[in-house]
Amino acid sequence: MSEPVTPLAGASFDGLVRVTETGPQGMIVLRCPEDATDAREAATAVTGTKDPALRRAAVSNGTGILWMSPDERLILVPRAKSASTVAEMQAKLAGQHALVADVSDARAIFRLEGDPLMVREVLAKLAPVDMRPDHFEVGEVRRTRLAQVAAAFWLEQEGTADLICFRSVARYVYDLLCTAAVNGSAVKHF
Amino acid sequence: MLTIQCPHCGVQAEETELSPGGEAHLSRFGPGSEDQDFEAYLFFRENPKGVHFERWRHVHGCGKWFHAARCTVTMEVFGTYSAQTTEPPKALRDKISEKRPGWTWRDIA
Ligand SMILES: [Zn+2]
Repeated sequence: MSEPVTPLAGASFDGLVRVTETGPQGMIVLRCPEDATDAREAATAVTGTKDPALRRAAVSNGTGILWMSPDERLILVPRAKSASTVAEMQAKLAGQHALVADVSDARAIFRLEGDPLMVREVLAKLAPVDMRPDHFEVGEVRRTRLAQVAAAFWLEQEGTADLICFRSVARYVYDLLCTAAVNGSAVKHF
Repeated sequence: MLTIQCPHCGVQAEETELSPGGEAHLSRFGPGSEDQDFEAYLFFRENPKGVHFERWRHVHGCGKWFHAARCTVTMEVFGTYSAQTTEPPKALRDKISEKRPGWTWRDIA
């Protein structure tokens, strides 16, 4: 099998926060009815985490599950394991109304690290999301838009945000993040 | 600024995170229907000053469709509810009546 290549070859930028293209990251979409217990269990079995509650992330060290919508989860696994994980889940869910698809090569993932309030500020510059510490909590997943494109992000901890977008707009999103984080542009809103 | 709470994921979504889906609770008239009904289905829409019911999609969020009731004058959002229904829920209509006594919309009051 060919080596996975990330869209920006791990680009990084230091400004108000550090912006890094992380990955390669295994990403698997699971879509199934809200009450599909078997599908939920197939996901928790491969990640070892629980099924996240509404708008929550259950992720540690790049493995886990993100709540994307009532009938959608994004499963994170090491990139080398995504194909075998999909095969395992599909075998388990054969004949059931569920979709398991490897989207690792269709997404890009970034990490923002630095001063906790500055990480919030960089995201707040780009997304219509209330990023105040008492309104956006660690572990909450937010699907939204970043300027003109769709994105999803969550705070792994204060000062560390992970962000996923479509691979086709990886350069656009990276440039947005770097521009929002450029030195001298701090608003210090929070 | 218009913000609407998505009933599926609970996000208080700002308008640019949403996609408007036009007037709510339309009955489709397709092939074989009377010309007048078909014309009304395609072209005739409410344009109220006040209480209005609309379809919205949380396009940059959870992706789901839902209904919203709002005031076109004040932008006050009275509530949101499931897309899988043909009329606004009673509780919501009562809530609107408290705030806008005597309101009507199409044949709903
Ligand atoms: Zn939503």
